[in-house]
Amino acid sequence: MKVQASGKRKSMKAKIYPAYFLLGAVILYFALYLVPGILGIYFSFTNWNAYSSKMHFVGFQNFVKIFSIGENYLFYIKNTLLFTAVTTAVKTVLGLVFALMLNTGIAAKSVHRSVLFSPVILSFLITGIVFRSILNPATGMLNTILRDIGLAPLAASWLVDPHIAFFSVMGVDVWKGAGYLMVIYLAGLQAIPSTYYDAAAIDGAGYFQRLWNVTLPLLMPSIVVVVVLNILYGLRVFDIIYVLTNGGPGNLTEVINTVVFEQFSQGAYALANSLSTLLFLVMAAIGFLLIRAMNRRIVQA
Amino acid sequence: MSSYRNVASLATKNIVAILLSVVTLLPFLVVVLNSFATQAGADAMQLHIPKVPQWSNYAVVIQQGGLVNAFVQSMLLSCFSVAVATVLAAMASFVLSRNGSRTNRVIYYLIVTGIALPVNYVALMKIMQLLHLVNTTFGVGLLYAAVQIPFDVFLVYGFVSSIPAELDEAAFIDGANALTLFFRVIFPLLKPVLTTIVLLSFIGAWNDFVTPLYYLNSAKKWPMTLAVYNFFGQYQSSWNLVCADVVLTTLPVIALYLAGQRYIVAGMTAGAVKG
Repeated sequence: MKVQASGKRKSMKAKIYPAYFLLGAVILYFALYLVPGILGIYFSFTNWNAYSSKMHFVGFQNFVKIFSIGENYLFYIKNTLLFTAVTTAVKTVLGLVFALMLNTGIAAKSVHRSVLFSPVILSFLITGIVFRSILNPATGMLNTILRDIGLAPLAASWLVDPHIAFFSVMGVDVWKGAGYLMVIYLAGLQAIPSTYYDAAAIDGAGYFQRLWNVTLPLLMPSIVVVVVLNILYGLRVFDIIYVLTNGGPGNLTEVINTVVFEQFSQGAYALANSLSTLLFLVMAAIGFLLIRAMNRRIVQA
Repeated sequence: MSSYRNVASLATKNIVAILLSVVTLLPFLVVVLNSFATQAGADAMQLHIPKVPQWSNYAVVIQQGGLVNAFVQSMLLSCFSVAVATVLAAMASFVLSRNGSRTNRVIYYLIVTGIALPVNYVALMKIMQLLHLVNTTFGVGLLYAAVQIPFDVFLVYGFVSSIPAELDEAAFIDGANALTLFFRVIFPLLKPVLTTIVLLSFIGAWNDFVTPLYYLNSAKKWPMTLAVYNFFGQYQSSWNLVCADVVLTTLPVIALYLAGQRYIVAGMTAGAVKG
């Protein structure tokens, strides 16, 4: 009887949750997203280029080139990591500080929230174009304001000076992303029950003790996810750098994806693809760990 | 003493909040103001209200920048990809969430890992060529849909589990087949989460610049972003026109943000807060 019921249940499941519902999404995602990534691993062992119709197997030649000291690729990889580390750290900390500050006692809080969140919905292209103007050394708004408030020595050639160009790019990225993180943290803060703070207050805990022992531990899940999302974004950064500096001055702000596009445009497909594949493998590993962590949390909950 | 300190700290907080908002809004404001300036007036992009607003900037930009066509292209790409991705992702998420078989769990994780994965545009070129999708609006639209699927599935999957499965069984007993059950009963209940993914995906597709840069080489197929970038290259000295161009490209996104802010914020924070 029981067996029959479960058999019936199974057939109902097959009927109302049919496998063909998956087809469209699976085909599209696999064909245009996953398969290119995996195919890329294969192509990275070839000499694929725009000038010959035949592809030859060349072993690790592309990777040897990427990792050789005489070439610049290690420098571009280092730049990508630097961009990722700095923007992730600054956005995470700034977002948290803003959120802690704006969580209570702010007039028109929702207006501030909407405003601070808004840059994240702008395209990187538009952001880049607008900041090309704002950061213009001679006529840009930033230098003009600095001069007007008596800080003329701070006025700089933001996107041209080799010492600061990369940091200017990171600054624009922070302008665009910090408010978004702040909103995430605000949501996290609001989910912390006030009874915890009441209890801590009864125990005589000061502001920093409460921050360290109550707020930060309870906010940790949000912080971890935010950091991971930012690392994933930083590693694949392209638009903002392409528009702001296009890798310049010289090649000082060049990152993996700007080089991939350059090599691609020049027809050096194998090399562009190998760099892209490196990125794919690293991010697939991060994604795998992320999914496993999420899975564990769901099982725990 | 303590109340004096409280007032002082409140005042500081509010001043900082206002400063932050001003810093965020300034670039928007500069662009809007200068989009109405004369070319000489916009030379140094400053915070001045133009004496005579130059509405003609907009007319010039729309004609010279080919914006009408670019707008249509952007709309086509965004609407098509959002429609395809939303329906396919919703159908898949429904079955993946309801029937948690081993295979389905593997499929779910493979799809959701896509949130982390970068697109390999170089290797993808081969597949696009194979499928004759290079330099076609249809191809880029499909590509956008493929890119949206992982996050869509992630969000809808979570939402479906909050809808009681008894509903499905009741509908089944009433004689509904899978398609009627899904489109008549479940789909309407998914409205909040679908609104979120429609808004986010539309904005994502509208803002994208990389994909057409790689795969659309004829100017008449360019969406707004690429048209603006090209215009910027040609008219770098006419910041008034560039600003007008930027305003027109951004307007649809801002409008969606103002109208659907609740859904957009919910979707963009969901992944982080729920984990």
